[in-house]
Amino acid sequence: MILYKKYIFVTYLYKGYYYFRLDHRTLKWHNSDMFKYYGKFAPYMFLLPAGIVLLIFFFIPFFQTIGLSFLNYSHSIYNPDFAGIKNYIEILHNPVFYKVMWNTVLYLIVAVPILAISPLFLAVLINQKIKGITLYKILIYLPVIVSIVVAAIAFKWLYAQDGILNYFMQLFHLPKIGWLTDPKYAIYSVIIVTIWKGIGYYMMIYLASLMSVPKELYEACDIDGANFWQKHLTVTVPHLMPTIALVTTISSISAMKIFAEIYVMTKGGPLDSTKTIVYYIYEKAFENLDLGYASAMAVILLIIVMIFSLINIFCFERGRYKI
Amino acid sequence: MKLNFKNIPTHIILIAVSLLSIFPFIWLLSTSLKGAGENIFAYPPTIIPHDFTWENYSGVWQRVDLMRYFINSIIVAGATVILNLILSSLAAYPLARMEFKGKKITFFAILATIMIPFQAIMLPVYLITLKLHLVDAYGDTMGFIGLVMPFAVSAFGIFLMRQAFLAIPREMEEAAIVDGCNVFQVFWKVLLPMVKPSLAVLAIFTFIGSWGEFLWPSIVLTKESMFTLPVGVNNLQGMFSSNWRYIAAGSIISTIPIIIFFLAMQKYFISGENEGAVKG
Repeated sequence: MILYKKYIFVTYLYKGYYYFRLDHRTLKWHNSDMFKYYGKFAPYMFLLPAGIVLLIFFFIPFFQTIGLSFLNYSHSIYNPDFAGIKNYIEILHNPVFYKVMWNTVLYLIVAVPILAISPLFLAVLINQKIKGITLYKILIYLPVIVSIVVAAIAFKWLYAQDGILNYFMQLFHLPKIGWLTDPKYAIYSVIIVTIWKGIGYYMMIYLASLMSVPKELYEACDIDGANFWQKHLTVTVPHLMPTIALVTTISSISAMKIFAEIYVMTKGGPLDSTKTIVYYIYEKAFENLDLGYASAMAVILLIIVMIFSLINIFCFERGRYKI
Repeated sequence: MKLNFKNIPTHIILIAVSLLSIFPFIWLLSTSLKGAGENIFAYPPTIIPHDFTWENYSGVWQRVDLMRYFINSIIVAGATVILNLILSSLAAYPLARMEFKGKKITFFAILATIMIPFQAIMLPVYLITLKLHLVDAYGDTMGFIGLVMPFAVSAFGIFLMRQAFLAIPREMEEAAIVDGCNVFQVFWKVLLPMVKPSLAVLAIFTFIGSWGEFLWPSIVLTKESMFTLPVGVNNLQGMFSSNWRYIAAGSIISTIPIIIFFLAMQKYFISGENEGAVKG
């Protein structure tokens, strides 16, 4: 027999909420609000551990990056002097900087459109009830899981001068290409690796949002006799527009953070033709020990990534982060 | 699901893309199984080795301590996952449920970390890590702590856990409070068991991210005995300069654990429910 299992009333007021509790001994209703219940310090206690880590490894370094970018380390690593905006001016006069930015732009205009469109096409194909779908998904997702270092080594082997790709070139009576050694082609060879590794990931994002497209619309298309392309251009693409935009910004942001591919395959060469922003920062900071210059580059990267991230957060991922 | 002739073009495209996805690995695997008697640059190339041998695997296994790299990777990824689970869910609870002074600022501060790429702040992070003596020169334990701490909590994890807590009905907490739980008991005994699915998602994606991390370990690590798998595998290139059979064999060995992990956990990756859960 259940007799008054919970002696509790809850009233929801603005923001916090209150509950009224029946005291067993005195049989009186007590009211207390959740704010009091949690205590003044509880929220801060919960936030403290993560807060300390974020403070030490995010916020302090963030401001330190900005601070370092105004220092001049070029003559001594121990006694930097204040340089004002000298590092920034030097960067703007450095041809390597423009090369690096151009490589990033190449990434944005070559890799990003491919990464935004081809996974959508694949997701549409895979979002059908046909045999072997799980196997296809596993195989296409595999490059996402495997370490980028192994992927880069595998491609380096494909790209070898007497490697298998050049064999295929010969089959089609084309000249051998120095995939990673010719400054004209090296950046594209690296972009191919990034695309190859990203397709499965973006395909899964598209697949998730394809599930939300109302089935009735496709049925209506079938009744009207629309073909594959008409059906997807009139129903799927308009419905997935937010996701397409999301994938575009995510892949742009990750294109600006490319490092491992470059480090493993080309080390930025030949003739800086594959140097990316992050690789350049790494080289300046940890090989040339020019901390000020590297930090100024890092600030430029910060600004670019922040712009893209703000677009991303405010336009596409509002729901996830809303208060 | 009968084999339908209408679906044949779809199958052709999907088979082609699947082959392209795994071909680099197949070619690496094939190279790693070719013995010294076979030219690995032979035209036309052969996928099935003529001179089949396991010798490259035993060779690379003897010369390189891949097991050590593997154990290091397990320690780093394991510690990163555990810290992420604890710190993210602790921080997410007050953000989801409590009212306190400075909530908005805290919220935006965490949101801001999403916009700060690690690559842009890695230099000061390294300087701080050095200052705190969290590098392998001060002992292996310090080295491991240094490898883990910058990734011990992520905004992604905090927001994921916050969403999970928001989905729990408030009545659960009220019942626990009426039964006399204090705030930590409510969190530990009532709420955490209810967000297990989200904890699993967070654990798996943190694990994958940490397992493949290359930039940070290659900055902080100096001792070969501390190398994680990605750093160790990259190092194979220098050790065996042009011995592609050994490089290929080492790369394949290093990939086996993560492929097993992926196949065991595949429903989390390919079910399509966890949209956009990895990195960013």
